[in-house]
Amino acid sequence: MGATAPVVVAGAGQAGSWAVKTLRDEGYGGPLVLVGEEQHPPYERPPLSKQVLLGDDPPESTILLDHDMLGELDVEFRARTRITALDRERRILGLEDGSTLAYDRLMITTGARVRRLELPGAAEAPIMYLRTIEDSLAIARKAAKGVRCVVIGGGLIGLEAAAAVSELGCRVAVVEAGERLMARVVGPRTSAYFADLHRTRGIELVLGDSPVRLEQAGGSTRVILASGAGLDADLIVVGIGVVPNAEFAADAGLKVDNGLWVDECGRTEDPRIFAAGDVTAHHNPVLGRRVRLETWQNAQNQAIAAARTLAGSEHALSDIPWGWSNQFKVNLQILGVAGHWDDAVLRGDPQGGSFSLFYFDQGAMCGVDAINAPRDIAVARRLMSRNIPVDRTRLGDRAVPLKDLLKG
Amino acid sequence: MAGDGALEWHKVANKAEILNDEPLGVEVEEQFIGLYLVDGEIYAMDNVCSHEFAILTDGFMEDECIECPIHQALFDVRTGKARSAPAEVDLKTYPVRVEGEDVFVGLPAK
Ligand SMILES: Cc1cc2nc3c(=O)[nH]c(=O)nc-3n(C[C@H](O)[C@H](O)[C@H](O)COP(=O)(O)OP(=O)(O)OC[C@H]3O[C@@H](n4cnc5c(N)ncnc54)[C@H](O)[C@@H]3O)c2cc1C
Repeated sequence: MGATAPVVVAGAGQAGSWAVKTLRDEGYGGPLVLVGEEQHPPYERPPLSKQVLLGDDPPESTILLDHDMLGELDVEFRARTRITALDRERRILGLEDGSTLAYDRLMITTGARVRRLELPGAAEAPIMYLRTIEDSLAIARKAAKGVRCVVIGGGLIGLEAAAAVSELGCRVAVVEAGERLMARVVGPRTSAYFADLHRTRGIELVLGDSPVRLEQAGGSTRVILASGAGLDADLIVVGIGVVPNAEFAADAGLKVDNGLWVDECGRTEDPRIFAAGDVTAHHNPVLGRRVRLETWQNAQNQAIAAARTLAGSEHALSDIPWGWSNQFKVNLQILGVAGHWDDAVLRGDPQGGSFSLFYFDQGAMCGVDAINAPRDIAVARRLMSRNIPVDRTRLGDRAVPLKDLLKG
Repeated sequence: MAGDGALEWHKVANKAEILNDEPLGVEVEEQFIGLYLVDGEIYAMDNVCSHEFAILTDGFMEDECIECPIHQALFDVRTGKARSAPAEVDLKTYPVRVEGEDVFVGLPAK
């Protein structure tokens, strides 16, 4: 028998970084390899549409584990290395350059990639996406005073990008196919608040319409919409969602359906293979169903849970999904997964710029949108995870300290 | 450990301003410091999260821990210990002295 094969962490993003770190924290002392397609050591993406795009923070500030830290953790880091195949029987990974890499156990943290805009004329148009450090810097370079920017997609990434390039001086229009902004993640009242915010800052919002083709005319691009309207653009930023990087896992016969399937501990059906982050669809015990989350919280905590489980101390993820967004310095935090709800309680004053909406389904709190109100999220998370019954009149009354509701 | 002699005491607050649920953020000598009340004792700890810039006293206080308002890292305000991810670096704590209603924090003398 040769030396033991390493634990391989496939995908050097946020989840990959927490996986290697946690494996060492848990006492795994064997060989550990982190493989990533990008040229950078693991970094976080949230600032790419916020501080980094705005030029407030340098891209290096997003690095989670630099080369020194990886060295201290005794991790062999292979950058610019793309995995193309997985052979579960022989326990090897195929790499793009034709070589192979054996593993004893494998953690798949390949994340997701942007969904591309497939439209006539797209190849010639100045289209940019926003996922990597390079993407963020490229948009920042183009976003100057007077530049006409059309953002396709009124979700979180599209709106953050719209706000940032507008602050950089661009004239911005946002095109959203749905009837309201961020419909996948927040309630209608929150959508309306953010629509007002963006319009007040001079952004043109085109709702219920979508691009059908892109035309070149006199050095600029015209985005033709289904309604027949057209928008002139020097820069087009597309934020229409992401696709999980689960191909080699699916080809190897692992269950993939809108994400690579894992249980609440990050285990796939193969006892040697684990996964975490955007690439996964996990069974969430709090929601009682399978979800694919695209959040910073999930990338971190699912990777920690999966790495602990891999290292031998089984650990289940038990978070209520949570995410945030910053647009024009307004902080939005979202707790729970917007889905079905039958009642919403408003706390605070939208006019005053700080309020929360608490959603209820059949009497139980199931989610919150908090606008400039982070403490509301902290209390709501505890109310929800501890199943504390909530008096909705007191909840809506700002004179009652929210924390008092924790007493039941 | 720095002895009392190496400290400079700064009056930072009145006792009544520091509540169980409402910690107080102050600025002393260009430093952000958070003041907390736990079981009747006042504690002082650096007020900027060790993970990313956030003022911890804007966060949520429960028992002996403050939760960062941005990324939910937990710190034990009595010891400065980082209790949960994403924070990995502990925060500095400072000695506190109460004289009557006045609260003083001891910072290393310049
Ligand atoms: C601009 C932006 C802003 C965001 N803002 C927020 C926010 O405010 N709040 C929030 O909660 N979430 C936010 N998110 C989402 C959050 O960043 C993601 O959920 C998180 O990055 C997921 O981490 P991950 O490790 O699963 O995937 P990733 O970070 O995508 O990392 C996966 C890595 O694997 C590599 N890889 C993929 N396939 C292969 C392969 N075959 N071989 C080798 N390497 C491979 C990729 O190149 C990548 O580096 C934001 C995302 C973006 C893009």
